[in-house]
Amino acid sequence: MDWFPLYNSLRVASISTFFTFFLGIFAAHYIAKTPRIIKGVLDGILTLPLVLPPTVIGFFLLKTIGPLGPVGSGVLEVFGFKLTMTWYSAIFATTIISFPLMYRTARGAFESFDSTLLYSGQTLGLSNTFLFWRVIMPNCKQGILAGAVLSFARALGEFGATTMVAGYIPGRTAIISTTVYQLWREGNDALAYKWVFVNLVISFIVLAAVNMFENRYKQPVGAAKNHFDHED
Amino acid sequence: MSVYVKIKKSFGNFVLDTEFEAENVILALLGASGSGKSMTLKCIAGIVRPDKGRIVVDGVTLFDSEKKINLSPQERHVGLLFQNYALFPNMTVEQNLYTVLKKRSGAKNLQDQLNLLLESFYLTGLEKHYPGQLSGGQQQRVALARIMASDPRIIMLDEPLSALDSYLRWQVEKELTDILGKYKGTTLYVSHNRDEVYRICQKVCVINDGRSEKVSSIVEFFNAPPTLASALLSGCKNYSKIEKLSNDRVYAVDWKTDLKCSAHIPDDAGYIGVRAHRILPIGSKDECLNKISCRVLEVRHDLFSVIVTVVPADADPRKEFSQIRMEMPSLEDDPLRPGDSMTINIPPEMIMPLRKRMS
Repeated sequence: MDWFPLYNSLRVASISTFFTFFLGIFAAHYIAKTPRIIKGVLDGILTLPLVLPPTVIGFFLLKTIGPLGPVGSGVLEVFGFKLTMTWYSAIFATTIISFPLMYRTARGAFESFDSTLLYSGQTLGLSNTFLFWRVIMPNCKQGILAGAVLSFARALGEFGATTMVAGYIPGRTAIISTTVYQLWREGNDALAYKWVFVNLVISFIVLAAVNMFENRYKQPVGAAKNHFDHED
Repeated sequence: MSVYVKIKKSFGNFVLDTEFEAENVILALLGASGSGKSMTLKCIAGIVRPDKGRIVVDGVTLFDSEKKINLSPQERHVGLLFQNYALFPNMTVEQNLYTVLKKRSGAKNLQDQLNLLLESFYLTGLEKHYPGQLSGGQQQRVALARIMASDPRIIMLDEPLSALDSYLRWQVEKELTDILGKYKGTTLYVSHNRDEVYRICQKVCVINDGRSEKVSSIVEFFNAPPTLASALLSGCKNYSKIEKLSNDRVYAVDWKTDLKCSAHIPDDAGYIGVRAHRILPIGSKDECLNKISCRVLEVRHDLFSVIVTVVPADADPRKEFSQIRMEMPSLEDDPLRPGDSMTINIPPEMIMPLRKRMS
């Protein structure tokens, strides 16, 4: 059994999770501060990939980064390499598709953050950057990690947009989901079952991780006031 | 160490319009919940931006709408103690204090300063605890220590005792009074509790429905509250609309009786107020000024006193202000019952003339 699809899947999902992690947090943090109407519009646009069929995303991507698209042709001309039909092409697709999951979970975490912590930090003279990294992020940690794991899982399972922009080239662009599809088309059920099993194991691990983070997230860290403790 | 505030801000129907000044005292901002006290503190701290006005602390302008000055909260050096204390839950007591100390004084003698803070706020031994492991009183001391670590120009406390159980309160209040006593600068103390304000503060500014009244001393405020709103907040229970008859006589409209007052009655006085424990029961044949014959409406027994609600014989008992509440030590013999007649005396020196609004 050639393990390349597993390696490639993990590689693509990890890199795209890296991007969505920062992009999602950045978007969630800044959009939370914008006026209501702008927030509504941006929120709609950023959540769109969650509800659109992945093939529609794939279509838009091909029209943009394909060899004839404005970005794709420019890159080909200037740098001399293609953005589609390579292993990293899948990263574009999975980043866009898994972005809303990261963005929405991070936003939920920021919104449930007690803003008096931020205000008190500001009045104490602590910089906003310090407060973001040392107070907001640690107190939203569980929600943000749950979001990252969810985006990773979504990136790992992506099929539609990925086949359109990266195709299925064994040993080059194959990932688990496209491999299962290809094996089924070839009638190679025995191998297909093996990959299905691998996929199930990964999904199980991911779900267990999400549950773990979410359960911890529900217990607010240190928020309980122990009124009945003894003084001193 | 002084503070001058004159700000306006509107939120839909609600308009916050406050003006006050304080120097090296504990000034209470006293008002019912939703009257704009906490919002005033947030404006001073720079968390909320007022629409108009000026905020000056120690001669430094923090906000001036005309000169377009609006310092960031970090630049204001104003300490604000939040109702929930707002300690960073992910940091220990030590780390909470350390982050602020480091910001202020660079790297010099940090450990010594930390120890000094821990000691003066009775926190020694709690350094490694997280806020969630502390009692309400301990959390408050950490929060105060953290504010002092930032070396603020003034400190502001937003209902500091309201998150505590009543049985812890007394102890925490005592500690808070000690700490505030050692601090020589200006303190703004937001509260809706008049007893607390009386015990802790030296001056008071009433905020009523977003508008502030004149700053007065605590004694003045409780002995002669200037307006109806102040009197209500100072805990006065009995009011009547009045018509002024002369400088020392009024007709109490709600009680349907003439009354003599010791205090001078200003021309714009619209009401009088009398505290519940200042009204005396007398025999129906006793001779005295301001005698009113009444009917008992309700008798309620408190732990050590009895609260009797009466209505003057000629007044309409359904009108809110016509009822008179009096508080007396529990009567051992002959308990009163609703429907009994009773004669009361309102001593002229206990009548407080009240304006409708600050002019």
